[in-house]
Amino acid sequence: MVMKTEEISLNKESELKETVVYKKSSLLTEKPLSYCPGCGHGIATKILMEVIEEMDIQSEVIGVCPVGCSVFQYEFVDIDMQQAAHGRATAVATAIKRCLPDKYVFTYQGDGDLAAIGTAETIHACNRGENILIVFINNGIYGMTGGQMAPTTIPGMKSSTSPYGRDVKETGNNLNITEIVAQLPGTYYVTRHSVNNPANIRKAKKAIRKGFENQILKKGTSFVEIVSNCPSGWKMSPIDSFKWLEQNMFKYYPLGDLKIDGILINSKK
Amino acid sequence: MGEIRLMKGNEALAEAAIRAGCDAYFGYPITPQSEVLEYLASQTPEKLNGMVILQSESEPAAINMVYGAAGCGKKVMISSSSPGISLMQEGISYLAGAELPCLIVNVMRGGPGLGTIQPSQADYFQAVKGGGHGDYKLIVLAPDSVQEMCDFVPLSFDLAFKYRNPVMILSDGMIGQMMEKVILFDPIPRSEKLAEWATTGKTKNRPKNVITSIHLHPWEMEEFNIHLQKKYEKVKENEVRYEEIETQDADYLLIAFGSAARICHKVVKLGREKGIKIGLIRPITLFPFPEKVISEYSKSVKEFLVVELNAGQMVEDVKLSVEGRKPVHFYGRMGGMIPSPEEILKLIEEKLKWL
Repeated sequence: MVMKTEEISLNKESELKETVVYKKSSLLTEKPLSYCPGCGHGIATKILMEVIEEMDIQSEVIGVCPVGCSVFQYEFVDIDMQQAAHGRATAVATAIKRCLPDKYVFTYQGDGDLAAIGTAETIHACNRGENILIVFINNGIYGMTGGQMAPTTIPGMKSSTSPYGRDVKETGNNLNITEIVAQLPGTYYVTRHSVNNPANIRKAKKAIRKGFENQILKKGTSFVEIVSNCPSGWKMSPIDSFKWLEQNMFKYYPLGDLKIDGILINSKK
Repeated sequence: MGEIRLMKGNEALAEAAIRAGCDAYFGYPITPQSEVLEYLASQTPEKLNGMVILQSESEPAAINMVYGAAGCGKKVMISSSSPGISLMQEGISYLAGAELPCLIVNVMRGGPGLGTIQPSQADYFQAVKGGGHGDYKLIVLAPDSVQEMCDFVPLSFDLAFKYRNPVMILSDGMIGQMMEKVILFDPIPRSEKLAEWATTGKTKNRPKNVITSIHLHPWEMEEFNIHLQKKYEKVKENEVRYEEIETQDADYLLIAFGSAARICHKVVKLGREKGIKIGLIRPITLFPFPEKVISEYSKSVKEFLVVELNAGQMVEDVKLSVEGRKPVHFYGRMGGMIPSPEEILKLIEEKLKWL
């Protein structure tokens, strides 16, 4: 009898193995994502949860999602999370990590949040070398509030508050904050990725995993920028937005590692 | 029993935090409260019991660190002085909105703006009536001695966790800076058990925990607001604290808190020596305000005099409690100026001549 049931369950399992080609991460809830169709946020959230699931650290993770399109992340994921005030995610994460030093702590922040209102918190958390992972979604725009100019809006780029294109003489230059944090002694791993095609999605996922694994070493901050699109804010179709991203954003935000294991990678330029 | 020491108010507060089992302190230097952070740094409690102490890059960062630590169910304290507390108001609103227990200490100085580093009570409105955005309340305690700077720390933590609400100790530069004898309570063992709502990592046996203050649907937002208001009503029912001095036969009643109450204590003594039937009610909790007792006395006393180190803030709550039954006078000094007991008594005597 016992043999028989085992055989049946084995058969069932092998059947499943043959039919399942893709499975949603168990850490993503049934709640439909509030992100616009074609937005990179959905992919970034997905790979983040896949990493946590694959590392089997659900019970050890605390995430921080501040104001912006990231604000509802806690609704789409099955992990403990804190929703933070605009720009303050790394301060919140600093305290969580210091109070619970053996847990994995990450922030998931947009560019307006991390590189404008939260610049001080970002720089100082990185400079203190807080053992956290910062996931930085850079789509060059304030998505949640309707597509206003962000610190990362590239020269000439249109937004609702730079409707004729960003004039750097008037509004200042785009801020490459990732290059800045790479220079700080507190950062251990600084890298820039995108989610514009499957190959890059896989690389971004690997980087996020490294950001979590680094926390075991307690050697400093891991900072993963993901250059992403904003079809609604950019007023483009998802396909066009990724084409535009490749042709324009990558010039200002070149993909690749800036710092690995605490050592700066020399710029090729 | 307790250890007796001569300490500054700020130092007594810091020592009390260590003894009360505070898990984390975040702060940023500002006069006249920098001794809190300095004292904590000198005592190295991180080596003693793992208490986290961190000097932040700004007050907004510090209050958001409080949010993060409080969200993990930890006992957290922060201290600052008036301009710094203004910078924290957004974070305090978020803490109230996310119902996170914590202790915020304001060692008040004169304002507005950069103001002065001398003592003041001009942040009463900010502490009691909100400060940040939205309908929320802090539980506000007003110490009038170094002893109370010490004793209100464990009391604040108890209240904060009992109601899942931020608690504020509203002190001032005088109480913070002066040295007095203080009897320190014995260290309270730290509880390792964290609240069931804390974000500590989602385990299989419970649903995920989320710390948030966002409710996008208006009906949900209203429902949450109703919940908060009910909580504040409970606080009003259970937590009113005040001190009465020579009130039973008083014709004239002084109402004052904190430093001003200390001065008024002396006024009562001097007035009684001259045969004036004068008493003092010292609100210890500013929210909840001791409105019932003031309302009761408004039936028996002749007049009230409210004394504050500001332009007249708590006097509004006294008037609301008296409901026009008796005259309510006000005397205040501003910008760091401190009235003497004789100055206040003279005012009372002049008023008496008019009667």
